Amino acid sequence: MEKTTIKQDSGSLIVKGVSYVSITFFALVCLFPFALMISSSFMNEQEIVREGYKLLPKEVSLKAYKMLLGNSTQLLDAYQVTIIITVVGTVLGLFMMSMAGFVLNRKDFKYRNFFSFLIYFTTLFSGGLIPTYILMVKHLHLKDNLFAMILPGVVGAWSIFLMRNFMKAIPDSLYESATIDGAGDFRIYWRIFIPLAVPSLATIGLFSALGFWNEWYNGMLYMDSPDKFPLQYFLQRMVNQTNLGALINSGAVINTADLPTQSIKMATAVLATGPIILLYPFVQRYFVTGLTIGAVKG
Amino acid sequence: MGLLTRVKLAGRNIVREVMKNKVLFLMLLPVLLYFLIFHYAVMPGAYVAFVDYNLNKGIFGSDFIGLKNFEFLVQNGDLWNITKNTLLYNIVFLALGNIIQIVFAIMLSEISGRWFKKVSQSVILLPNFISMVIVGVFAYNIFNFNSGFINTILAGAGLDRYEFYSDPGIWKYIIVAFKIWAGTGYGMIVYLATITGINHDLYEAAYMDGATTWQRIRYMTLPILKPTFILLLLFGMGGILKGSFDLFYNLIGTNSVLYPQTDIIDTYVFRSLVGQFNFSMGAAVGFYQSLFGLILVLVVNFIVRKIEPDSALF
Repeated sequence: MEKTTIKQDSGSLIVKGVSYVSITFFALVCLFPFALMISSSFMNEQEIVREGYKLLPKEVSLKAYKMLLGNSTQLLDAYQVTIIITVVGTVLGLFMMSMAGFVLNRKDFKYRNFFSFLIYFTTLFSGGLIPTYILMVKHLHLKDNLFAMILPGVVGAWSIFLMRNFMKAIPDSLYESATIDGAGDFRIYWRIFIPLAVPSLATIGLFSALGFWNEWYNGMLYMDSPDKFPLQYFLQRMVNQTNLGALINSGAVINTADLPTQSIKMATAVLATGPIILLYPFVQRYFVTGLTIGAVKG
Repeated sequence: MGLLTRVKLAGRNIVREVMKNKVLFLMLLPVLLYFLIFHYAVMPGAYVAFVDYNLNKGIFGSDFIGLKNFEFLVQNGDLWNITKNTLLYNIVFLALGNIIQIVFAIMLSEISGRWFKKVSQSVILLPNFISMVIVGVFAYNIFNFNSGFINTILAGAGLDRYEFYSDPGIWKYIIVAFKIWAGTGYGMIVYLATITGINHDLYEAAYMDGATTWQRIRYMTLPILKPTFILLLLFGMGGILKGSFDLFYNLIGTNSVLYPQTDIIDTYVFRSLVGQFNFSMGAAVGFYQSLFGLILVLVVNFIVRKIEPDSALF
């Protein structure tokens, strides 16, 4: 359509100009806190104490990172916890949700509407935080158990419906011919449905993984031992803590007066964000597709 | 047919169905168990709002005190304050958020540079993917008294440092700003998808008829976005008593100086659990929130069905 000879009206040029300027401005606003966090993490502690966080430090220092990576076994524990809950939660969730979506889409499954409503209703009414807390701690005995961070987020009603809707696109005749060939229901799911559903599994899997990666709330509610804190909760405690020595588990002796208190907070934040920022360009495309699928029919 | 026979028949039908589709039922079982345990088993627990909870006696063994918890909350003014805050914040989030998302979606659809479009879209979407804990770090990075970026600039210019963390008034704007900052990318893409769904021939025809860009936006794009806007707004209404706990807690934390203008239902319930172990009071607020949320969803769905029958949830 580049060759269109229709003359552009002046309004269109104004709209275009304003658009470019505002989008650029807003994009910079979106990036600014990230840039500030990264540059602050490389700042020299004396400069921060004297002048404060800056976008362009006078001197670049790696001290905060050296301190964090060299001394903190807790940071490594936190990484480990987050990776475990992300992998286990995402895999378990995808398996459960895809099976449910598969069953709820089967037209020969008589009670599919009843069960769909049972699942849907939970998005309307919930018992609330406190009864949930009592259930988790008193009845399921999940206090200080990693499953307390995995189970609450493992399955989502909307994700099940998203998956069910996605499966509608797969023709029934595929199932029928497989049944005639003697394949059982699970075999049909595993051998026919799963390979075809890869795009929707990827989208929902990414969202789910992101949810687990960013998990801190259940960690705060249910975890007691510091070696079971997820990354984001570890970060939150570090930012709110004035006495960092207590958080940094030292193998070597640390001179606490020498501790880069301010830059270390930002360095931890960078390390907690890092993997997402690094993966982002690759998965962003999937996210956009996922968002649009989710929006068109929730 | 008698009721008993009907129940018997239904029971036999279910049993037959389960036998026939054993594998399908087994495949659905994990998810069903999940919802039964983590959602349905929790619902009766809302009863804790009506008792004087005693840890040793359990929810149903504790003394029933009826509406006393609610009475107390109304009398000390807490319920009114947090309801007002939650409602106002959510109304602003919904209205302002959607308007900004629409404006950006339209602007993005009007420009032609493909590379620019892609990059800016990714950048604006980025805040959507980081945890709110990181957003809390950003706020600390920008606003803290001793080393925050703004105070760095103020000090650099020879002005007095500003104590953001003891001024409740200013946090209204900071919270709204961060919410918009984090949510624009997502909404923008939802609206952009609707705009790109518009038949291109329509725009071509409008060009031929001599419509200006303004006229096109005013008379074509906006009306096409209206149903999506109304729908998102109405659905948002259903969750209007639910706050963004993540955002508020990470920005405000336990800084009680800021509560008068920043405390919402979710942060209040959370505190009554973690800080004060006041299970019954917190549960009363939570129950009130869930019940009104449910009623709102039903009302909103009724309205949606009147306006756009196809878009109703049920």
